Amino acid sequence: MVDFTLWDIARNLLLAGRWTVALSLIAFVGGSVVGLLLLMLRLSKAPGAEWLVAAYVQLFQGVPLLVQLFLAYYGLGLFGIHTSPWVAAGVGLTLYASAFLTEIWRGCVASIPRGQWEASQSLALNFGEQLRYIILPQALKIAIAPTVGFSVQVIKGTALASVIGFMELTRVGKTIANATFNPFLVFSCVALMYFLLCYPVSLYAKSLERKIHADR
Amino acid sequence: MLTAEYPAVMTPAIDIIALHKSYGTHEVLKGIDLRVQPGEVIAIIGKSGSGKSTLLRCINGLEIFQSGSLTVDGKPLVHHNAGAMRNLRQQVGMIFQSFNLFPHLTVGKNIMLAPGLVKKKDRQSAEAHARKLLERVGLSEKFDAYADQLSGGQQQRVAIARALAMEPAVLLCDEITSALDPELVGEVLRVVEGLAQDGMTLLMVTHEMRFARRVSNRVIFMHQGRVHEMGPPADMFGNPQTPELQQFLSSLHD
Repeated sequence: MVDFTLWDIARNLLLAGRWTVALSLIAFVGGSVVGLLLLMLRLSKAPGAEWLVAAYVQLFQGVPLLVQLFLAYYGLGLFGIHTSPWVAAGVGLTLYASAFLTEIWRGCVASIPRGQWEASQSLALNFGEQLRYIILPQALKIAIAPTVGFSVQVIKGTALASVIGFMELTRVGKTIANATFNPFLVFSCVALMYFLLCYPVSLYAKSLERKIHADR
Repeated sequence: MLTAEYPAVMTPAIDIIALHKSYGTHEVLKGIDLRVQPGEVIAIIGKSGSGKSTLLRCINGLEIFQSGSLTVDGKPLVHHNAGAMRNLRQQVGMIFQSFNLFPHLTVGKNIMLAPGLVKKKDRQSAEAHARKLLERVGLSEKFDAYADQLSGGQQQRVAIARALAMEPAVLLCDEITSALDPELVGEVLRVVEGLAQDGMTLLMVTHEMRFARRVSNRVIFMHQGRVHEMGPPADMFGNPQTPELQQFLSSLHD
């Protein structure tokens, strides 16, 4: 048995934390891009778009993220597409985040008064101009707090990528626990690291919310 | 289509023929025929639910109508043609009951946005025009203010300036003083009256009967989705023909 000092544990977890952060960023940025495209598709009122996006949202909100990750990892393999844990986790979390983000933002856009659409339409702005100059700037302000809040869910969601062999915080924690036979200490450290990642983000979301309320 | 009253050289500002509009099974407009000449000032009166606002909103394509035809300055309104609608809406300005200023933009940007985007006006001339329009509505010092720093009457005057910045041929006013405190109504109506005197073609849905009588050339009384009675204001208010209009006018005096 290898002897692990507390510092060894912390150092290895910190190194693994990088990949948790990286995967979170990929999921959040990818989810934002896909989520925004879905939002625009839905708002465009193109035939069938509303239904399609609603089905997409229901699908990814209605299936556990863990199962989605399994499907992304093993499912693609069935079709002869070799996926690394990186690709599978990135794709799986992106799809998951996009479904939630597009729904959050749809709510924000829906809260903009109809008169804003009508006034900008009467001024001959086209759909893209309406979104870009009138609707989205106002919706963005409302969206910041719930979006930042959701990013906490994304960070915690990356832990599930451990089951498909992605070496992030939880997976490395498990490996160390197996080597040290001290799972309680190791997972306490893991928990602390997740908390240190998420808590500042939560605080930031709260302060944004307060700021936006004060502005009104 | 042109009758002897109007020589062929004069294209009507708005020409509406047999316009039908329904929400589901509920028919709101049951065949409207209306021709508006350039420079005419028309007041549309009637009970709520008579279709006044819906008619106005059909003219700039905010509402889609099921049958009939509508032309603005000789060009037909085609809902599914985005380019044609963009051209039409540049001809038709609209002012709303709830002002609908863009709250995230300053007054100046509210006015300059559409001319810059749609008419590709450069910033300098757009700003010069915006300042001139603000002066015209008596708010030249508010260029950098935001909507929530203005009173209702001031917001509505900015909304008028914003609509005028597109240099429309026709201006639609949808109960533009109904959301205002009584003491703020006058400042908005004075601006509209000034526009009328300058020869702007105006269609206004209004509950301000004295104003309608003084400023309009023609009053339209709508009842149950139809133009029920129409005529010069002196006749309409002084000598109403139909019992419905008589009843409507007398109900206002209670």
